[in-house]
Amino acid sequence: MSVPILAAQDLSKTYGRGPDRFDALKGVSLEIGRGDSVAIVGKSGSGKSTLMHLLALLDSPGGGQVRVDGTDAKTLSGRRLNTLRNTMFGFVFQQFFLNSASSVLENVVLPLKIAGVSARERRARGMAVLEQLELADKARNKAGNLSGGQKQRVVIARALVNNPQVLFADEPTGNLDTATGRIVEDILFDLNINHGITLITVTHDHDLAARFNRRLYIRDGLLITTDEEHAA
Amino acid sequence: MKPLEILKTAMANSFRSKLRTFLTILAIFVGAFTLTITNGLGTGISNYIDGQIAAVGSSNSFTVGKTDTSGNPASGPKKYDASTRVLAAGGRPGSTQPALGQTDLDTIGAVPGITGVTPVTRLNPDYIQWNDHDKYQLSVSPLAGAQPQLAAGTALDDSTTEPQLILPSSYVAPLGFADNNQAVGQDATIGITDATGTLHPLTARITGIEQSALLGGGGAFINKALSTALADAQGTGAPAASKTAWANVTATFAPSSAAQITEMKAGLAAAGYTAQTLDDRIGTVKTVINGIIGVLDAFAVIALIAAGFGIVNTLLMSVQERTREIGLMKAMGMGSGSVFALFSTEAAFIGFLGSAVGSAAAIGLGTAVSGALARGPLSDLEGLHILAFAPGSVAGVILLVMAIAFIAGTLPAWRAARQNPIDALRYE
Ligand SMILES: Nc1ncnc2c1ncn2[C@@H]1O[C@H](COP(=O)(O)OP(=O)(O)OP(=O)(O)O)[C@@H](O)[C@H]1O
Ligand SMILES: [Mg+2]
Repeated sequence: MSVPILAAQDLSKTYGRGPDRFDALKGVSLEIGRGDSVAIVGKSGSGKSTLMHLLALLDSPGGGQVRVDGTDAKTLSGRRLNTLRNTMFGFVFQQFFLNSASSVLENVVLPLKIAGVSARERRARGMAVLEQLELADKARNKAGNLSGGQKQRVVIARALVNNPQVLFADEPTGNLDTATGRIVEDILFDLNINHGITLITVTHDHDLAARFNRRLYIRDGLLITTDEEHAA
Repeated sequence: MKPLEILKTAMANSFRSKLRTFLTILAIFVGAFTLTITNGLGTGISNYIDGQIAAVGSSNSFTVGKTDTSGNPASGPKKYDASTRVLAAGGRPGSTQPALGQTDLDTIGAVPGITGVTPVTRLNPDYIQWNDHDKYQLSVSPLAGAQPQLAAGTALDDSTTEPQLILPSSYVAPLGFADNNQAVGQDATIGITDATGTLHPLTARITGIEQSALLGGGGAFINKALSTALADAQGTGAPAASKTAWANVTATFAPSSAAQITEMKAGLAAAGYTAQTLDDRIGTVKTVINGIIGVLDAFAVIALIAAGFGIVNTLLMSVQERTREIGLMKAMGMGSGSVFALFSTEAAFIGFLGSAVGSAAAIGLGTAVSGALARGPLSDLEGLHILAFAPGSVAGVILLVMAIAFIAGTLPAWRAARQNPIDALRYE
């Protein structure tokens, strides 16, 4: 078997200290292969977002190890880490984190700006990804003036603009009505099936989870083998 | 992120909160304005002094006298020495000054670097007159190589045999001329009395009119021909010995570096002579003025430091407001260095705006005020522009303010840079 694109070993994360101390993850081990689609399922507060942040190298674990393509993330230099965040991973946050005063296009090309891509190429690639998500006509609008579903597509566009190998999506359909949610889901699976992007998605919607290759169930900071609630 | 992109983003960011940026810029404006004004004052006054110095003597000559070795005044009368001659000196009654003779001239001329030695003869003309108008007292300036600031006419020519002089502008009307231009090119009569009491009238050509000056002392400038003629007339019938005794000589040298000048001075001192350049004599005036300007500059810098705290405050608020945005950018792979650069560039940009506007306002207002002063209250001091702005020093002020702003920006920028992306994103 080839080296997994992402692997976690005995990951733990503790927030706060003293009486406020809270163990959000208590030792999680997993492996995710290239091109896989994985759903992380669990109740609110079970540690899904925390796990995603650790896997995307946005936060450092309290204990354990994350390996990217077989390399221990701890050994990466700051520059290499930033390159990975910029080019290898795309992250769709649970909240949108859009700059509402800037235009849709400016929001979408932010990763390219950070990467040092020229203004002309930024525009071209930004428009291409907005086209893909059927948002080209909104490119010049202020991001703050969009509907919830449009905003969700803008943040997906932003996560995709730099052609990531792994797309993390934290409850991408949580804020949407069923119909719009369905459109966004289709976009994600299209990326996974037709573009080979590894898809890691947090959800507590079991119907959505069922569409993934694999499901990881998490409860109180630990992976559990079966979907107890569903089974019950 | 590319540097140009950082600059553009920083500039755009500084306009996001317009009122706050405006108020910070205003604080910097005050400091930069003050600093530019005090700088302009320094430049204006030193320009004027430099011009005045050129008017009273050339910069490549020493005034040389014999070093007085008489020691402390309470040591009693000095022993007579047949080889030492003294002259009555100015100052305290009865004070004397060792005189210089022909051998001294030769010794001074032999010091390495000295190219020429001219004795300074005190000339005491009685009057000056033009046509049949009234006669006026006249003193002539003994300073060789002077370049007076002319209001009209041309400079003196030391190589001609025609006796020439340059008159202070205050003489123009009393002598009967309608204006400066009429006086130029006219022949005036100078009367001088010799040792036997005989009056010699000499004719000299007026080649120029001098602006009224601060340091000139109101005397006329004369060329070599006239100086020689006056000295000859004055010396008629005098005992031969007094013709060869001088209080001071002027020793000229080729244009030299400060080190070379110091070396020549040392050479002269070793031979028993005291040499002073013009700068030595004017130096004290400059030191005092520079001191005053320095104090004013210090106040301006204090104002700027206060403005610097304004920048710290503004940027800390920006960093706080933009915490999530910083988190997002870091999550997308923006390095801490870029985040730091982004915020410190913003600080420097705010500093640049404040200082550029402040300096421009200071130059505009300063030029207007200085012009008005030169025409009004300061019109007696021709050529004085109390505020002058040198491009170099204005650029220096702007750079200094930007540097202060940059330093002020480092604390907020550092706070922004060290944030962990997720903590920053979770910030409410
Ligand atoms: N910065 C923090 N400080 C303290 N506790 C935190 C912090 N971040 C998360 N937690 C806690 O850790 C636990 C896991 O949080 P996490 O965000 O991973 O949950 P989640 O599974 O994503 O929940 P949801 O489905 O509601 O998004 C929660 O109990 C939460 O309160
Ligand atoms: Mg969550």
